[in-house]
Amino acid sequence: MMALEAVSTLDDAALVERCRSGDGQAWRELVSRYSRYVYAICIQAFRLPREEAEDTFQDVFARAYERLDGLRDGSALRPWLAQLTRRTCIDHLRAAARGGAPAEMPDAGEVDRNLMRIDEAVAVHQAMDELSGDCREILDRFFCRDESYREISDVLGIPAGTIASRISRCLSKLRDAYLGRSEPREPS
Amino acid sequence: MSDMNGSEHERVAELLSLLRPAPECAVRAAQEMPLLAATVDQLVERAQADDAFRRSLIADLEATLTAEGHELNRFTLGRLRERLADL
Repeated sequence: MMALEAVSTLDDAALVERCRSGDGQAWRELVSRYSRYVYAICIQAFRLPREEAEDTFQDVFARAYERLDGLRDGSALRPWLAQLTRRTCIDHLRAAARGGAPAEMPDAGEVDRNLMRIDEAVAVHQAMDELSGDCREILDRFFCRDESYREISDVLGIPAGTIASRISRCLSKLRDAYLGRSEPREPS
Repeated sequence: MSDMNGSEHERVAELLSLLRPAPECAVRAAQEMPLLAATVDQLVERAQADDAFRRSLIADLEATLTAEGHELNRFTLGRLRERLADL
Protein backbone atom coordinates (compact mmCIF):
# COMPACT_ATOMS: atom_id res chain seq x y z
CA MET A 1 0.00 0.00 0.00
CA MET A 2 2.86 2.33 0.85
CA ALA A 3 4.44 1.76 -2.54
CA LEU A 4 1.11 2.46 -4.27
CA GLU A 5 0.79 5.75 -2.39
CA ALA A 6 4.32 6.67 -3.36
CA VAL A 7 3.86 5.97 -7.07
CA SER A 8 0.58 7.91 -7.16
CA THR A 9 2.54 11.11 -6.58
CA LEU A 10 4.97 10.54 -9.46
CA ASP A 11 4.67 12.54 -12.65
CA ASP A 12 4.23 10.61 -15.89
CA ALA A 13 7.90 10.64 -16.84
CA ALA A 14 8.98 9.21 -13.48
CA LEU A 15 6.11 6.72 -13.55
CA VAL A 16 7.16 5.46 -16.98
CA GLU A 17 10.74 5.06 -15.76
CA ARG A 18 9.54 2.99 -12.79
CA CYS A 19 7.41 0.84 -15.12
CA ARG A 20 10.38 0.26 -17.40
CA SER A 21 12.42 -0.91 -14.42
CA GLY A 22 9.81 -3.62 -13.79
CA ASP A 23 7.98 -1.96 -10.89
CA GLY A 24 4.58 -3.68 -10.76
CA GLN A 25 3.10 -1.01 -8.47
CA ALA A 26 4.04 1.66 -10.98
CA TRP A 27 2.34 -0.27 -13.76
CA ARG A 28 -0.83 -0.60 -11.68
CA GLU A 29 -0.76 3.15 -11.07
CA LEU A 30 -0.28 3.84 -14.78
CA VAL A 31 -3.33 1.72 -15.62
CA SER A 32 -5.35 3.33 -12.84
CA ARG A 33 -4.31 6.85 -13.89
CA TYR A 34 -5.26 6.38 -17.54
CA SER A 35 -8.06 3.80 -17.39
CA ARG A 36 -10.85 6.37 -17.71
CA TYR A 37 -9.04 8.18 -20.52
CA VAL A 38 -8.46 5.05 -22.61
CA TYR A 39 -11.99 3.82 -21.95
CA ALA A 40 -13.45 7.21 -22.92
CA ILE A 41 -11.63 7.12 -26.26
CA CYS A 42 -13.06 3.63 -26.94
CA ILE A 43 -16.59 4.51 -25.83
CA GLN A 44 -16.94 8.22 -26.61
CA ALA A 45 -14.63 8.86 -29.56
CA PHE A 46 -15.09 5.55 -31.40
CA ARG A 47 -18.49 4.65 -29.94
CA LEU A 48 -17.56 1.01 -29.46
CA PRO A 49 -20.20 -1.13 -27.76
CA ARG A 50 -19.35 -1.86 -24.13
CA GLU A 51 -18.11 -5.42 -24.61
CA GLU A 52 -15.93 -4.47 -27.58
CA ALA A 53 -14.66 -1.44 -25.69
CA GLU A 54 -13.54 -3.73 -22.84
CA ASP A 55 -11.63 -5.99 -25.24
CA THR A 56 -10.04 -2.99 -26.94
CA PHE A 57 -9.17 -1.52 -23.54
CA GLN A 58 -7.31 -4.73 -22.67
CA ASP A 59 -5.48 -4.70 -26.00
CA VAL A 60 -4.43 -1.07 -25.53
CA PHE A 61 -2.80 -1.78 -22.19
CA ALA A 62 -1.25 -5.01 -23.50
CA ARG A 63 0.33 -3.03 -26.35
CA ALA A 64 1.33 -0.24 -23.98
CA TYR A 65 3.03 -2.74 -21.68
CA GLU A 66 4.94 -4.33 -24.53
CA ARG A 67 5.90 -1.08 -26.26
CA LEU A 68 6.63 1.18 -23.32
CA ASP A 69 10.37 0.98 -24.01
CA GLY A 70 9.66 2.63 -27.37
CA LEU A 71 8.24 5.76 -25.74
CA ARG A 72 11.14 8.19 -25.94
CA ASP A 73 9.71 10.93 -23.71
CA GLY A 74 7.83 9.61 -20.69
CA SER A 75 6.14 12.97 -20.17
CA ALA A 76 4.35 12.37 -23.49
CA LEU A 77 2.59 9.32 -22.04
CA ARG A 78 -0.93 10.71 -22.50
CA PRO A 79 -0.69 11.59 -26.22
CA TRP A 80 1.19 8.32 -26.79
CA LEU A 81 -1.61 6.37 -25.13
CA ALA A 82 -4.20 8.36 -27.07
CA GLN A 83 -2.52 7.42 -30.35
CA LEU A 84 -2.16 3.80 -29.28
CA THR A 85 -5.83 3.67 -28.31
CA ARG A 86 -6.88 5.29 -31.57
CA ARG A 87 -4.91 2.74 -33.61
CA THR A 88 -6.20 -0.16 -31.52
CA CYS A 89 -9.82 1.00 -31.96
CA ILE A 90 -9.30 1.25 -35.73
CA ASP A 91 -7.69 -2.22 -35.81
CA HIS A 92 -10.62 -3.56 -33.84
CA LEU A 93 -13.19 -2.00 -36.19
CA ARG A 94 -11.33 -3.29 -39.26
CA ALA A 95 -11.12 -6.81 -37.80
CA ALA A 96 -14.84 -6.69 -37.00
CA ALA A 97 -15.61 -5.57 -40.55
CA ARG A 98 -13.48 -8.40 -41.99
CA GLY A 99 -15.39 -10.83 -39.78
CA GLY A 100 -18.66 -9.61 -41.23
CA ALA A 101 -19.80 -7.77 -38.11
CA PRO A 102 -21.59 -4.48 -38.61
CA ALA A 103 -18.80 -2.01 -37.79
CA GLU A 104 -18.89 1.59 -38.87
CA MET A 105 -15.58 3.44 -39.04
CA PRO A 106 -16.22 6.88 -37.53
CA ASP A 107 -15.32 9.99 -39.47
CA ALA A 108 -11.72 11.04 -38.66
CA GLY A 109 -12.78 14.64 -38.09
CA GLU A 110 -15.42 13.57 -35.62
CA VAL A 111 -12.89 11.40 -33.80
CA ASP A 112 -10.50 14.37 -33.60
CA ARG A 113 -13.24 16.58 -32.18
CA ASN A 114 -14.20 13.93 -29.63
CA LEU A 115 -10.56 13.46 -28.63
CA MET A 116 -10.24 17.19 -28.04
CA ARG A 117 -13.31 17.11 -25.77
CA ILE A 118 -11.89 14.13 -23.89
CA ASP A 119 -8.62 16.02 -23.40
CA GLU A 120 -10.65 18.94 -22.06
CA ALA A 121 -12.44 16.51 -19.75
CA VAL A 122 -9.04 15.38 -18.46
CA ALA A 123 -8.26 19.00 -17.58
CA VAL A 124 -11.55 19.23 -15.66
CA HIS A 125 -10.72 16.03 -13.78
CA GLN A 126 -7.26 17.40 -12.98
CA ALA A 127 -8.91 20.53 -11.61
CA MET A 128 -10.80 18.24 -9.21
CA ASP A 129 -7.50 17.79 -7.35
CA GLU A 130 -7.99 21.33 -6.01
CA LEU A 131 -11.30 20.39 -4.38
CA SER A 132 -11.88 18.73 -1.04
CA GLY A 133 -12.20 14.96 -0.91
CA ASP A 134 -15.95 15.31 -0.19
CA CYS A 135 -16.49 17.44 -3.27
CA ARG A 136 -14.47 15.13 -5.49
CA GLU A 137 -16.43 12.14 -4.27
CA ILE A 138 -19.86 13.68 -4.61
CA LEU A 139 -19.18 15.02 -8.13
CA ASP A 140 -17.65 11.74 -9.28
CA ARG A 141 -20.52 9.68 -7.92
CA PHE A 142 -23.19 11.93 -9.44
CA PHE A 143 -21.71 12.83 -12.83
CA CYS A 144 -19.38 9.91 -13.62
CA ARG A 145 -21.08 6.98 -11.91
CA ASP A 146 -24.70 8.09 -12.35
CA GLU A 147 -25.54 7.45 -8.70
CA SER A 148 -28.83 8.85 -7.41
CA TYR A 149 -29.15 11.35 -4.57
CA ARG A 150 -30.38 8.48 -2.38
CA GLU A 151 -27.35 6.28 -3.20
CA ILE A 152 -24.95 9.15 -2.55
CA SER A 153 -26.76 9.98 0.67
CA ASP A 154 -26.53 6.36 1.86
CA VAL A 155 -22.85 5.94 0.98
CA LEU A 156 -21.59 9.29 2.24
CA GLY A 157 -23.97 9.66 5.19
CA ILE A 158 -25.23 13.03 3.98
CA PRO A 159 -28.93 14.00 4.20
CA ALA A 160 -30.48 13.39 0.76
CA GLY A 161 -32.13 16.82 0.87
CA THR A 162 -28.75 18.55 0.86
CA ILE A 163 -27.20 16.64 -2.04
CA ALA A 164 -28.43 18.98 -4.78
CA SER A 165 -27.07 22.09 -3.07
CA ARG A 166 -23.76 20.36 -2.34
CA ILE A 167 -23.42 19.31 -5.97
CA SER A 168 -24.09 22.87 -7.07
CA ARG A 169 -21.51 24.31 -4.65
CA CYS A 170 -18.90 21.72 -5.59
CA LEU A 171 -19.56 22.31 -9.28
CA SER A 172 -18.98 26.04 -8.76
CA LYS A 173 -15.68 25.33 -7.06
CA LEU A 174 -14.71 22.97 -9.86
CA ARG A 175 -15.63 25.53 -12.50
CA ASP A 176 -13.48 28.13 -10.73
CA ALA A 177 -10.58 25.69 -10.40
CA TYR A 178 -10.90 24.71 -14.04
CA LEU A 179 -11.06 28.27 -15.24
CA GLY A 180 -8.14 29.17 -13.04
CA ARG A 181 -10.06 31.53 -10.78
CA SER A 182 -8.82 30.07 -7.55
CA GLU A 183 -10.94 30.38 -4.46
CA PRO A 184 -9.93 29.47 -0.92
CA ARG A 185 -9.97 25.68 -0.58
CA GLU A 186 -12.94 24.10 1.12
CA PRO A 187 -11.86 22.29 4.26
CA SER A 188 -11.85 18.51 3.78
CA MET B 1 -26.89 31.93 -10.42
CA SER B 2 -26.40 33.94 -13.62
CA ASP B 3 -27.05 32.45 -17.08
CA MET B 4 -23.31 32.55 -17.75
CA ASN B 5 -22.61 30.61 -14.58
CA GLY B 6 -25.39 28.19 -15.43
CA SER B 7 -24.02 27.46 -18.87
CA GLU B 8 -20.49 27.13 -17.49
CA HIS B 9 -21.82 24.71 -14.88
CA GLU B 10 -23.48 22.66 -17.60
CA ARG B 11 -20.30 22.59 -19.67
CA VAL B 12 -18.12 21.53 -16.75
CA ALA B 13 -20.67 18.91 -15.73
CA GLU B 14 -20.82 17.58 -19.29
CA LEU B 15 -17.02 17.36 -19.51
CA LEU B 16 -16.89 15.72 -16.10
CA SER B 17 -19.29 13.01 -17.22
CA LEU B 18 -17.13 12.09 -20.23
CA LEU B 19 -14.54 10.32 -18.08
CA ARG B 20 -16.47 7.45 -16.58
CA PRO B 21 -14.78 4.60 -14.73
CA ALA B 22 -13.73 1.70 -16.91
CA PRO B 23 -15.21 -1.65 -15.79
CA GLU B 24 -13.35 -2.80 -12.68
CA CYS B 25 -12.64 -6.27 -14.07
CA ALA B 26 -11.01 -4.75 -17.17
CA VAL B 27 -8.86 -2.43 -15.05
CA ARG B 28 -7.77 -5.28 -12.77
CA ALA B 29 -6.87 -7.47 -15.74
CA ALA B 30 -4.80 -4.66 -17.28
CA GLN B 31 -3.04 -4.09 -13.97
CA GLU B 32 -2.05 -7.78 -13.89
CA MET B 33 -0.28 -7.52 -17.24
CA PRO B 34 3.27 -7.88 -15.77
CA LEU B 35 2.30 -11.11 -14.00
CA LEU B 36 0.62 -12.45 -17.12
CA ALA B 37 3.63 -11.55 -19.26
CA ALA B 38 5.91 -13.40 -16.84
CA THR B 39 3.61 -16.43 -17.00
CA VAL B 40 3.73 -16.38 -20.80
CA ASP B 41 7.54 -16.23 -20.69
CA GLN B 42 7.67 -19.23 -18.33
CA LEU B 43 5.28 -21.26 -20.49
CA VAL B 44 7.26 -20.50 -23.63
CA GLU B 45 10.52 -21.48 -21.93
CA ARG B 46 8.94 -24.75 -20.84
CA ALA B 47 7.55 -25.37 -24.32
CA GLN B 48 11.03 -24.86 -25.74
CA ALA B 49 12.49 -27.40 -23.33
CA ASP B 50 9.64 -29.94 -23.34
CA ASP B 51 8.57 -31.18 -26.74
CA ALA B 52 5.47 -33.03 -25.47
CA PHE B 53 4.26 -29.90 -23.68
CA ARG B 54 4.87 -27.79 -26.78
CA ARG B 55 2.88 -30.21 -28.95
CA SER B 56 0.06 -30.25 -26.41
CA LEU B 57 -0.08 -26.44 -26.35
CA ILE B 58 -0.16 -26.29 -30.14
CA ALA B 59 -2.81 -29.02 -30.39
CA ASP B 60 -5.17 -27.48 -27.82
CA LEU B 61 -3.89 -24.41 -26.07
CA GLU B 62 -6.93 -23.74 -23.91
CA ALA B 63 -7.35 -27.34 -22.71
CA THR B 64 -3.63 -27.65 -21.91
CA LEU B 65 -3.59 -24.44 -19.91
CA THR B 66 -6.78 -25.36 -18.07
CA ALA B 67 -5.38 -28.78 -17.21
CA GLU B 68 -2.28 -27.03 -15.83
CA GLY B 69 -4.46 -24.85 -13.61
CA HIS B 70 -3.93 -21.60 -15.50
CA GLU B 71 -6.68 -19.01 -15.70
CA LEU B 72 -7.55 -18.32 -19.31
CA ASN B 73 -7.55 -14.70 -20.41
CA ARG B 74 -7.31 -12.70 -23.59
CA PHE B 75 -3.74 -11.52 -23.06
CA THR B 76 -2.21 -14.91 -22.18
CA LEU B 77 -3.98 -16.77 -24.99
CA GLY B 78 -3.17 -14.11 -27.59
CA ARG B 79 0.50 -13.78 -26.69
CA LEU B 80 1.02 -17.53 -26.33
CA ARG B 81 -0.46 -18.16 -29.78
CA GLU B 82 1.94 -15.58 -31.25
CA ARG B 83 4.96 -16.96 -29.42
CA LEU B 84 4.15 -20.62 -30.16
CA ALA B 85 3.85 -19.82 -33.84
CA ASP B 86 7.47 -18.62 -33.73
CA LEU B 87 8.82 -21.76 -32.02
